Amino acid sequence: MSHLPLKTAARHGMWSCHGCSLLCRLPAGADQAAWHCPRCGAALHRRKPHSLQYAWAYLIAAIICYIPANLLPIMLTDMLSGTQRDTIMSGVVYLWQGGSWPLALVVFIASVLVPLLKILSMLLLLLTVHWRSRWAPRQRTRLYRLLEVVGPWSMLDIYVVGLLVALVQLQSLATIKAGPGAIAFGAVVVLTMLSAMHFDPRLIWDVFEDDDE
Amino acid sequence: MTNSLVSPADSPVLACHECDLLQTAPTHATHGVCCSRCGCQLLPGPGYQPATSLALVLAGLLVFILANVFPVVGLEAGGVRTATTLLGTAWQLTQQQMQPVALLILLTGVLLPGLELLCLLYLLLPLSLGRAPRGFAAVMRLVRILHPWGMVEVFLLGVLVSLVKLAHMAAVHPGIGLWSFFALILLLASSASRFDAGLLWERYHACRTSR
Repeated sequence: MSHLPLKTAARHGMWSCHGCSLLCRLPAGADQAAWHCPRCGAALHRRKPHSLQYAWAYLIAAIICYIPANLLPIMLTDMLSGTQRDTIMSGVVYLWQGGSWPLALVVFIASVLVPLLKILSMLLLLLTVHWRSRWAPRQRTRLYRLLEVVGPWSMLDIYVVGLLVALVQLQSLATIKAGPGAIAFGAVVVLTMLSAMHFDPRLIWDVFEDDDE
Repeated sequence: MTNSLVSPADSPVLACHECDLLQTAPTHATHGVCCSRCGCQLLPGPGYQPATSLALVLAGLLVFILANVFPVVGLEAGGVRTATTLLGTAWQLTQQQMQPVALLILLTGVLLPGLELLCLLYLLLPLSLGRAPRGFAAVMRLVRILHPWGMVEVFLLGVLVSLVKLAHMAAVHPGIGLWSFFALILLLASSASRFDAGLLWERYHACRTSR
């Protein structure tokens, strides 16, 4: 597949507005000025401003939070028999042993697999852009699109913990409390979403144009 | 620098949002148009008219209120009954000094989806009556920012998982709130899938010039 004869809008002096998606034609030779969208008034940028810096910052913060999110308990169950501490993984194991393996699979995918793959994919995308890699741009763009779709689904465990905490307040029998792992896990979800939002997939393709010059 | 130098591009060209490839738009696009290089969707399929979207948004707001007022799930064990809504969940977490988690649930489950529905109502109601709403650009931008943070459908899956987890220890009763959430998701999905920002902008300009 040859990408060479194709040209980007930026090469033709046209920038897409980040606010309303309008394609705007800029006056010739005016790359440095602060332009505004004629339709919605938002500031125009060739690419998302400081895309890589923001994406890296959020991603590194997410990686740091990922460790306590998996090690600390997200749920504490007080029962007559004692206190049970559940981490994300032990929650999945509990579901599996309880015989509801389809649900265990759903929780495993949403809470364990998706956050991990999100972090690894963002690392892959950011590193390949830094290395100016020409490898599989179409697939990498598709990976990015997938990241945006699956992003919110790892919130699943946060909602489950919240619901159990609100429902299981049976003083004599059992009470459930949220553990510190839930805060860290929520932070991972939000930070990976922010990282993906700030990443500009057009940077994957820019290397093909820059090298032609 | 004057801003008048920046002009919209001639209509038949499109730039891909994900690879920035410039390409000519087909003249009669009945289905969505995809980028020839990376496959990203460039133009949405036929969008709903503002009046149709308005009907969906109004129904959505109504169901949204039901979903947050009536309990989603109830639990009965040892003579004790508890029931909760999404707001009750956030409140209980605040009581346990888990404010960050409570805030996250409150924002993604209630406040941001609710605000998005209200913003859509603010845009669509005047447009379907042939008037131009004030601050159209700012509200359109707000909708775009809010949209990825609404996670009502994830909450619904969360309810199902908790139902199964609790079924071992007590009798669980799905409430009116749960059915309302089902309806809300269907309404939100159908309005979002046919949401056409370009069409709304065209309407807005038509309404403004006709006055």
